[in-house]
Amino acid sequence: MPQETGQKKFLYINRRAPYGTIYALESLEVILIGAAFEQDVSLAFLDDGVFQLMNGQDTSGIGMKNFSKTYKALGDFEVRKLYVERESLAERGLAVEDLMPITYEDENEDYAEKPSIHLVDRSEMTRIISEQDVILSF
Amino acid sequence: MRFGIVVNEGPYTHQASDSAYQFAKAVLAKGHEIFRVFFYHDGVNNGTRFTVPPQDDRNLQRLWSELAEAHKLDLVVCIAAAQRRGILDANEAKRQGKDGDNIAPGFRISGLGQLIETGIQADRFIVFGD
Amino acid sequence: MSTLHTINKSPFERPSLTSCLDHVAQGDAVLMIEDGVVGARKGCAFVDALRAKQTSCALYILGPDLAARGMKAEDIAEGIGIVDYGGFVDLVAGAARVCAWL
Repeated sequence: MPQETGQKKFLYINRRAPYGTIYALESLEVILIGAAFEQDVSLAFLDDGVFQLMNGQDTSGIGMKNFSKTYKALGDFEVRKLYVERESLAERGLAVEDLMPITYEDENEDYAEKPSIHLVDRSEMTRIISEQDVILSF
Repeated sequence: MRFGIVVNEGPYTHQASDSAYQFAKAVLAKGHEIFRVFFYHDGVNNGTRFTVPPQDDRNLQRLWSELAEAHKLDLVVCIAAAQRRGILDANEAKRQGKDGDNIAPGFRISGLGQLIETGIQADRFIVFGD
Repeated sequence: MSTLHTINKSPFERPSLTSCLDHVAQGDAVLMIEDGVVGARKGCAFVDALRAKQTSCALYILGPDLAARGMKAEDIAEGIGIVDYGGFVDLVAGAARVCAWL
């Protein structure tokens, strides 16, 4: 249900790797535009979506624009809740250290830099989904 | 209730547009309202008037245009996705220096803010995609 | 209030059904549409996974998509409800949110 402030909880679900399809890029474009609407935004990265956050993406050999640094700018757009699913990482032989360091500045703590990526397990991701008002799947 | 419907795929290649259309008809038949239908990713391709599908099969663009006219629906094609895929209205064609436009009746081109607004204003929000 | 989860791809093509079932909460509903309906067929490799979730959530498939693929109600595993598009609308109206597992 919408919160007392009138804000709704928006969840963007990302389940696909980048570059093989356009969904990762175009979902980011929604997230950036959506930031101006001051809703309560969370991003979920599960299944192959975890690959969107891989560090060291180099697209020079495939001729496509490398848009990965846009994730690092999400903090500037007040998007701070990037939930990455543990089981999805483990199944793919990945660890959180393989992902880009993505941070935001917390204005409530003297602009201290804090991690935007929150590792959650499947049951917590289930809970997060159950708390949303609007779910966008790409 | 007010429904927001998102269509992420173009006509024919995926069933998404058909499913969304049938769902939209059922929403209206049940007496609910549709706040907006938003076409994103390849979904913008539902909004070209230049398709010539076989006569013995449904014409998805025409179905959407006619549903919009009959029920005063707001069919919005995302401008960024449309630019990528070559869906233009007269304004966009002029702005981009293109020699023609192809937007279908009942569709309008607008920004991603309209998608967010749909999420905010609708009581129920559903995505049809691949 | 609960979540309506939709699955539109066959579980043999894509793991979306499995991912969905891994994220269903108590009281949620799951609706298989489009090619997703093939996962509900009796004897299909995914019926056990669906059956395991029946105690915690309600399972449905979209009848018109079933018929389109040459299947009838009696071809579907037990405990899975069949709805038409009107029923689909009612499921959406009755849930707090929809989560599309594309």
